Formats: sequence, C-alpha cells, structure tokens
Amino acid sequence: MANAAKFELTDDSVVVIIGTGAGGGVLANELAQKGVKVVALEAGGRYLPEDYVNDEWDSFGQLAWTDPRTTSGDWRVAKDFGGLPAWIVKAVGGTTTHWAGASIRFQDHEWKALTTYGAVEGANLLDWPIDAAEMAPWYDLAEAKLGVTLTEGREGLPGNNNYKVFEAGAKALGYTEVHTGRMAINSADYDDRPACQQTGFCFQGCKWGAKWSSAYTDIPRGEATGNLEVRDHAHVARILHNDAGRVTGVEYFDRDGNLQFQAARIVAVAGNSFESPRLLLNSASDMFPDGLANSSGHVGRNYMRHTTGSVYGIFEKPVRMWRGTTMAGIMQDESRHDPARGFVGGYELETLALGLPFMAAFLDPGSWGREFTSALDQYEYMAGMWIVGEDMPQETNRVTLSDTVDRFGLRVANVNFSDHPNDVAMRNHAYERGQAMYRAMGATRTLPTPPYPSTHNLGTNRMSERPEDGVVNKWGQTHDIPNLFVSDGSQFTTGAAENPTLTIVALAIRQADHIAREMASGTL
Amino acid sequence: MSEARTKGLTRRALLSRAVAAGALAVTGVGFVAAPDAAWAVQVTAISEHQMATLLQMARDIYPHDRIGDRYYAIAVKGYDTPESAAMVAEGIAALDAAAQAAGHADYVSMGWEADRVAILRDMQDGAFFQTVRGGLVTGLYNQKEVWPIFGYEGESFSQGGYIDRGFDDIDWL
Repeated sequence: MANAAKFELTDDSVVVIIGTGAGGGVLANELAQKGVKVVALEAGGRYLPEDYVNDEWDSFGQLAWTDPRTTSGDWRVAKDFGGLPAWIVKAVGGTTTHWAGASIRFQDHEWKALTTYGAVEGANLLDWPIDAAEMAPWYDLAEAKLGVTLTEGREGLPGNNNYKVFEAGAKALGYTEVHTGRMAINSADYDDRPACQQTGFCFQGCKWGAKWSSAYTDIPRGEATGNLEVRDHAHVARILHNDAGRVTGVEYFDRDGNLQFQAARIVAVAGNSFESPRLLLNSASDMFPDGLANSSGHVGRNYMRHTTGSVYGIFEKPVRMWRGTTMAGIMQDESRHDPARGFVGGYELETLALGLPFMAAFLDPGSWGREFTSALDQYEYMAGMWIVGEDMPQETNRVTLSDTVDRFGLRVANVNFSDHPNDVAMRNHAYERGQAMYRAMGATRTLPTPPYPSTHNLGTNRMSERPEDGVVNKWGQTHDIPNLFVSDGSQFTTGAAENPTLTIVALAIRQADHIAREMASGTL
Repeated sequence: MSEARTKGLTRRALLSRAVAAGALAVTGVGFVAAPDAAWAVQVTAISEHQMATLLQMARDIYPHDRIGDRYYAIAVKGYDTPESAAMVAEGIAALDAAAQAAGHADYVSMGWEADRVAILRDMQDGAFFQTVRGGLVTGLYNQKEVWPIFGYEGESFSQGGYIDRGFDDIDWL
C-alpha cells in the first residue's frame, strides 16, 4: 500500500465504490488501472493470507458478516438460522476470501430465460439485456484475471478423494461432463500466486493465495497505481443527491463511529444482494421517497439464492473428504434446460466438504438423537456434493427494511424467501440423482441435506432493458440516476445454474470499461 | 462422598473449563466427578444434581458412544453461572417431574436412553431444550480434542496441506 492514494472528503472528482468483493474490488482496480481516481469504502477489516485460520468457527468469527439481519418466508434458513440468511464476508475482498473458486460461464440460453423457458406461473422471469456474444470477451478477461483452470490451456486441478468418489459415481450413471472444475485456484503457479497445496479450508480464506481473491490481487494492484484509496471499517449509511437528481456522495461511519461525507462524481454500489438494496432503500429522500433508483419498485425484489442443497453419502471404507480442495469437482450433464425433467432450467452438482464442526451445524440443523449422531459418527467415511441450480425470480422474494436497527441505528435488511414449485422440483431431482451417484458406488446411507445460509445472493437490483422492469440498465447503471451504478450480483436478471462470481467479475470489468469511457467523453 | 474421596479429587488437576459425569457421576460437595475420580468438575451456581442431569441430557441429545463424559461436561459447564441458574433449575425440574410422572425417581436414574429421549422429545420445542441443544453444536463439536474420534484432522496449512499427505489416497474405488 506504499503508493496508496489519499483523497480529500471534498474531492468530488472521485468514483466512490461501496464494497470490495468480486464486483467492487474488481471495478476499483480496473478503474484505477485506467487512471480513474477511486475511493473504495469497505465495511469490514483487512485480512490477508497470513491472517486466515484453518478453523471453521474461528474463521467465521474473523470474516463473516454477522451484523444483524432478519428473515421471513417459508425457507428453512429462516427457522434454523433466522439471523444469518447468508454466509458471506465482511472484509476487504468481500466474499472472494470465502468463495470456493468455481468459475463457470453462463450457458448461452441462460441469458434469455424468459424466451427460452417461457412464462412460468408465479415467477418473474425476464431476459437479460445482454447475451452470450456480448459477454464472451469479458469472460475471456475474467478467466485470465482469475487464472481459471481448464480454460486458456491451463491444467485442471488434481482430483482429491471426494472427487474420485463423485467422478466414479457420475460415470457409473452414464454422465460424461465430469471433471475437476473450472476453478480460480491455481493448478500451477500463475500470476504471482502459487499452485494449490490441497490444504482444504478453501472457505476460510486460502492461506497460500492459490485461490483468487480480490483481497490480495486486485485491491493491492489498484492501490499500487496511486489511483485507489481503500478505507476499511467504513460503513456506508446513505447515498446523497442534489436537486437535479444526481448523486453527490455518500455518508459513512468511519472506524471510530464518526459520520463522514465523501463527495463523488459517480457512486457504484457493490455491497451484495442484501446490503446494496438496503442502502438504496435507506437513502430515501423527499425526491425519492421509495429509495434511490426505485421508481420501478423493483429495488429489493426478485432475490435469488440458487436452488441448493447437499447430498452426503456414507461408505464402508474411509473417504476423508476434507482433504484437499473443497469444491474441485463438477458434473454438468444436468445443467441443460430440459423441461421433461419436470422443471425449467438446470443444475450443477459440485463436490463439497465441510469440516466436522460445520458438518455438525449444517448436516440437519435442529436434528438430534441417534439418527443424527450415527451419521456424524461416520464423518470419515462420508463423501459430499452440493447442488447449485437456477431458481425462479419472484417479486415477493425480496429484501426490505426491517424494524431492527444495527449499531449505527440504521434499519437492517429483512430477507423474505420462499421456494417456487420449480425450485422444489429441481432440488428433489438433484437429491435423487446425487443419492443415485453415491449408491452406485456402494453408499450404505445417503443424506439429502437442506440448503445452508445463502452464499449465492443474486437479484434485488436486477438488470432490465426497460426501466419499468428492473433497476439497472445493461451497464449496471441505474435507470433513474445516471451517475449511480450497481456492480455486484444484485444486478442479475436471472441466476442461471452457474456459480456467479465469474459473471460478477466479467460484468465489473465491462462496467469499468464503460464508466472510464463515459467519463472520458464527459457524458458522466 | 467420603472425606478421603473428596481430598482425592482435590489433589487432581480439575479441568479448567468443565467436568464430567452425568448419570454415572459420583456427586460430592460442590463437585461432579467421574466414578473413578479421574476427573471432576466443580459447580458453584448450580447444584451437583443439576450438573449431572445436564450432562446426561447432553449425552442423550448428541449420543456418541466413543466420546467420554468429560467432553460433554466441558460442553455444559458454561451453565454453571448465576445468570443461567434459574433457567437450569426450571429446566431440570421439568425433566425430573416428567421422569417422576413416568415412575422414576428422577431423569438421571432412568436406565434406558429411549425412555429419557421420550421425555426430551416432549420438551424439544421449549426454550430450555433448544438452548442446551444449540449450545452443544459448538460446545461439543468444536472441541479440538473430540475431532480425532471422528477422524477429522483439523488444521493442515502448517503441515503443508495434503498434497503430499494423502489428498488422493483413496484405494477402494
């Protein structure tokens, strides 16, 4: 950080970015590389690989967002983890410290969900205003930035024990698209990051830096340009605007709890699908009584979390699934759109392992007695996989302002979610297929495990062609306020079946290019 | 408990965070101890009976037959505080009342796990049960000392990960 910039609070020439994860962290660096002055405000602290800990609960205490949130709806998370709707990170680098590294592109048809699937009752499907051809070059750049394996000639990761069971089970059922994944985890030294050492604990922050995270790539590189200042422990309270309806800067609480105002030429919101709409709603004013950028009423709506769930299998002999990369394994045959299965869209199955402490917490929350403990007793003999499928956007699945307030007195996000029947049908199909994979390899017991607190948080500020259908346009620029952007997964029009980070990064690189061009031309 | 036995306990290093024994416990003045006095836990705010019952309840909620009582004792030791005393007293009294209604002297003297579990099932939606169960999720399973019993190896970075230590050593496929 030797060259890190320091900008005045009154400097209204800067771009202010709120959040430093896959969206905000990448946008900050990309703009800084282009000579744009950036102030990035991050609610959390700064942690680097030497700070990460190979301990699930200690790491959770270090990195997770545990500020209050509330929940409602019929999803089981609301009952079992009512104050923790998501397992995401509050730190410089955001959830890129915690993510598994799975980096797969949307399938072409998934950019056009409404056209491809047709209208689905109770769902609020919409086509993205961009498509696969538009995104292809940005995906290329994103894959190069992240060093994604099995792209651009990069080798795949070696399969660990958990993968070997998974692969054999998939092939036994006749599946063919099975491999160790396109992962932002180095299979060989790349971009000043070492190769994976099969340590496990990918979710706790990679202590080798073999997994890409903006915390130790884009952020320090942006700072090295002298164009980026990152202020950590800066909790944004409100975005302010002038009488012309342009945003003028943001109010935030600094590390000492003092309210500051940072002026801005442009504001980009990248706080994730809970905090971004929360901030827009908390910024309501006389001119924008329903919140900023909310003339459509769509801010906070269409929250998606992917149709998830896990399957664990218990075998006669040890697996030791925790050894090695947490999620380097995927089966993609079921990711296609094939309504004959009883649902629209598709899903991926990906290897997953939890440590013993988190397995106890998440295997079957609330369960007790020997049905539960006899499964946990076989922890060493377990293999595990995770379901990630496209869920249906629904207007009533939404983030609103709760009556609960945080330590700054700001109303927190309430997250309301209920499964759509399509989500349920897809999950049940995936449970059956996953259990069949393990039974094919001789599993003596299989456990269809309910979804964890969300890690893929999407929608709530969705992208739309027409202003009345969403919050932002194809550049992530809000329909209502030209110098206000959204730069995280909340832009997603639909969720597709793929882990979202690569797409968030690709969108951020593309958005940086657009913003820099518009600034240079004087349009912004 | 005899004077000699109590002295025997005090000569041993008491576990700093907790102790032992449940239905199997020998209770003394201010202690719950293992029958062989291999370890003991001192109680201050709650009674020996209450601690012994909590320990048995913990075992009945998450029964692992290869995990010794001392780990369950550690997991519930935190309820021996003035703040928790009223909740514990009320909860244990309810357990014992249910046991007595079923013809037993109290909860810990019920011989069969299934009979005790039936009582717990009746109170599983209550705040006392949920507090104890929820606390055990971390109180029991986050003890590094129990991880090897499950085969879990914990931290691996300091050992260079598993790249040379069996990440792909499965041999039965």
